[in-house]
Amino acid sequence: MTLSKRLLIFVPYAWLLALFLVPFFIVVKIALSDYAISIPPYTPTFDLSAGWAGFVDFLSKLDLENFVFLAEDDLYWKTFLSSLQIAVIATLLTLLVGFPFAYAIAQAPSEWRPSLVLLVILPFWTSFLIRVYALIGILSNEGFLNQFLMWTGLISEPLAILNTDIAVYIGIVYAYLPFMVLPIYATLDKLDGSLLEAAQDLGCTRFQAFWSVTIHLAKPGVIAGCFLVFIPTLGEFVIPSLLGGARTLMIGKVLWEEFFSNRDWPVASAVAVILLLILIVPIVLFQRSEQRLREQNQ
Amino acid sequence: MSNNTPFAPWNDEAAVPLIQFDGVSKKYGDFLAIDNIDLKIYPREFFALLGPSGCGKTTLMRMLAGFEEASAGKITIDNKDMAGIPPNKRAVNMMFQSYALFPHLNVVDNLAFGLKRSRMAKSEIDGRVEEMLRLVQLQKFAKRKPHQLSGGQRQRVALARALAKAPKLLLLDEPLGALDKKLREETQFELMDIQEKTGTTFVIVTHDQEEAMTVASRIAVMDHGKLVQIDTPDRVYENPNSIYVAGFIGDVNIIEGRVSHLAGEEAQLCWAEGTSDIRGMAGPKIQKGEEAAFAVRPEKVALSVQEPIERNNRVAGRVEDIAYLGNMSTYYVRLENGNLIKSQVANDRRISRRSVTWNDQVWLSWSDTAGIVLPSGGNPS
Ligand SMILES: Nc1ncnc2c1ncn2[C@@H]1O[C@H](COP(=O)(O)OP(=O)(O)O)[C@@H](O)[C@H]1O
Ligand SMILES: [Mg+2]
Repeated sequence: MTLSKRLLIFVPYAWLLALFLVPFFIVVKIALSDYAISIPPYTPTFDLSAGWAGFVDFLSKLDLENFVFLAEDDLYWKTFLSSLQIAVIATLLTLLVGFPFAYAIAQAPSEWRPSLVLLVILPFWTSFLIRVYALIGILSNEGFLNQFLMWTGLISEPLAILNTDIAVYIGIVYAYLPFMVLPIYATLDKLDGSLLEAAQDLGCTRFQAFWSVTIHLAKPGVIAGCFLVFIPTLGEFVIPSLLGGARTLMIGKVLWEEFFSNRDWPVASAVAVILLLILIVPIVLFQRSEQRLREQNQ
Repeated sequence: MSNNTPFAPWNDEAAVPLIQFDGVSKKYGDFLAIDNIDLKIYPREFFALLGPSGCGKTTLMRMLAGFEEASAGKITIDNKDMAGIPPNKRAVNMMFQSYALFPHLNVVDNLAFGLKRSRMAKSEIDGRVEEMLRLVQLQKFAKRKPHQLSGGQRQRVALARALAKAPKLLLLDEPLGALDKKLREETQFELMDIQEKTGTTFVIVTHDQEEAMTVASRIAVMDHGKLVQIDTPDRVYENPNSIYVAGFIGDVNIIEGRVSHLAGEEAQLCWAEGTSDIRGMAGPKIQKGEEAAFAVRPEKVALSVQEPIERNNRVAGRVEDIAYLGNMSTYYVRLENGNLIKSQVANDRRISRRSVTWNDQVWLSWSDTAGIVLPSGGNPS
C-alpha cells in the first residue's frame, strides 16, 4: 500500500478514533469508577502529575462494582427487557404503517413521487422535541384526538392515552416513520412492474403475485427500515419521558435519571456501556445484510 | 401433419383457428392503439407481428395474455371468449421483452415458479424443470441467479420459463431485441427448432423484418393499429399489397406514374415522357387511368452495358454510386428523368475484373413479372 493510500484511509479512522473510541473509553472508565460527592462526581480521576505510580494507583481503584450492581438490581434487567420489548413492538408497528405508505408512494404516478417523498421527510424540518410536544397536545385528555372522538360520539369519556405505553408507541411510529418508509420505498421504486405481470402470467393471482414478488423483493428495504427504527428506538429517551407514564420502563429514561437526577455518573455510564453492547448485535447484523445486498446488486 | 403437404391451415376452409380476433379495437383514453382488427391464427403456427415502434404490436400481445381488455370486439382462444379472463386463467404464456426473470430466484426456481402454482407433484415439477433446462441447454447454470447470467442465457431462461407450463400459445415480445446480430441469428433457428419440437403456437413480435421472414409461417404487417397485410413471408415480399408493405419489408425501387393498361394479372404504367410503359404484375385496388406506383426489388433489376433489346422493361441511366457489400454490390443509377434506381448484382467475379464503374452509361432491365403495380399513397415510413 502506498503512503498516500495509507494517509487517505487514516483520515476516516482518525475521525472514528476521535469521535467514537475516545469518548467510549472515557465512558468505560467512568463506568469502572466509584460514585463520589465531588466535581466530577466520581473517583478516581486521572492525574498526570502523579507520574507512573499515580497511574498504577489509578488503575487499581477501577473495578466492576457498577456492573455487578446492575446485574443484581432487577430494576435494570427489567428496564432492558422492557426497552427491548417496546423497541421490537414499535418497530413492527412502524413497519405495519410504513409499508403501505411506501407502497402507495411507489404506485403513485411518477411525476408525483418526488413530492410525496418530500412530504415524508418534511417533519424533519421542525425540531424533534417540538413535534413530540405537539403529540402531547393531541393525545392528552383534553387533546384534539379525544375532543374529536367525543364530538363524533364514539366515546363519552376521554381515553387515557397520554402517559401510557400506547402513547409511546404512537410517538415512536410517528417520529421514526420516515426511516421505515424511505428504504422500503427505495426498493419498491426500483421494482420492475413486468415481474408482477410475469408472476400473473405464470399462474399467480394478483395477491399471490404481490406476495411472492413485491414482498420478497422489498425484503432488503424492510430489513434496513426495521434496523433504522429499532436501533435508535432502543435507547430512545425523549418519547418515553414526555409521552410515557411512570411505569413506562425504558433504558434511555433510566440513563437520564441516573445522570441528572441521581448524579450517579458511574452507574449511568455502566448502563450506557451495556446498551451499546446490546446494540452491537443488531448493528452488525444490519451491516451484514447491507453487505449481502450490495454483493447481489454488484 | 404429413410431410408432403405444406403446412398452410390458413388456406384450409375446415381448419379451426386457435386465436380469433373479431373487430377488436383498443383505446387508451382517446388514442386508438388497435383499430378494428380481424385475425385468425392457427394451431402450430409461428406467427409474426411486424411493424414500426408504436404501431400496437405489444398492445395486441397484451390483449392475448390478458393484461389489457379489448375496448370493442371479441377475442377467442380455443373457441373460448377471453373477455374478463385474467392472465393466470389463460393457457397462454408470455416471454417478456425485458425477460422479467425473478432476481431473487435461481434458474431452477424461476423455471419452477409457474409449475408450483399448478397442482403438480414435486417430483413431476423436478422432471419438467430438468426437461426445460435440457431444451435450452442450461443444465450447467441451474443454480445461478439471473444476475450471474449473460444476456443470451437470460433470454433462454425466459423462454424455458414461458414454455414450462406447456401453454397452448406462447407470446414472444421482441425476444431477441437485446442480443447481438450473430447470437440473434443462432437463436432464431433455436426458436424454430423448439417451436417444432414442442408443437406450441408461437406469436412473435418484432420490428426486424429479416427476423420475421426467417422464423415465421405467416407475417402480419401492422401500421398505426391496423393490420395492413397478413401473408406468408414470400408473398409479403413478392406480392406486397401496398407501397407501405413493400417499403417496410426489404429494399424496393418505387417509380410513380399512371396505369395505362390493365388486364387480369398484367398492368402497365406510364411514367415518363418519351419512354415505353413499364410492364408488371397488377397489384390490388388499382384502376386504369389512376395514379399508381411500380415497385421492384433491387436484386431483380439487371445491369448491362449493351441495350438488352430482348426485354420490354429497359431504361438507360448513369451510374452515380456503387455500394460494395462483399457478396454483392448495389449500383445507384440515375435515370434521364431524374429517378434513382438501385440494382443489386451478385459479385461472382473479383472486384478488379468488373467492367462497370462510376459515371458509366448503363442499361437497367427487368422481366415483365419482376415488379408489381400498386396503388399510390401510403409511403413507406
Ligand atoms: N398504457 C398505455 N396508455 C396509453 N397509451 C399507451 C399505453 N400502452 C401503449 N400505448 C400507446 O399505444 C401505442 C402502441 O403501443 P405498443 O403496443 O407498445 O407499440 P409497439 O409494441 O408496436 O411498439 C403507442 O402509441 C403507445 O404510446
Ligand atoms: Mg413493443
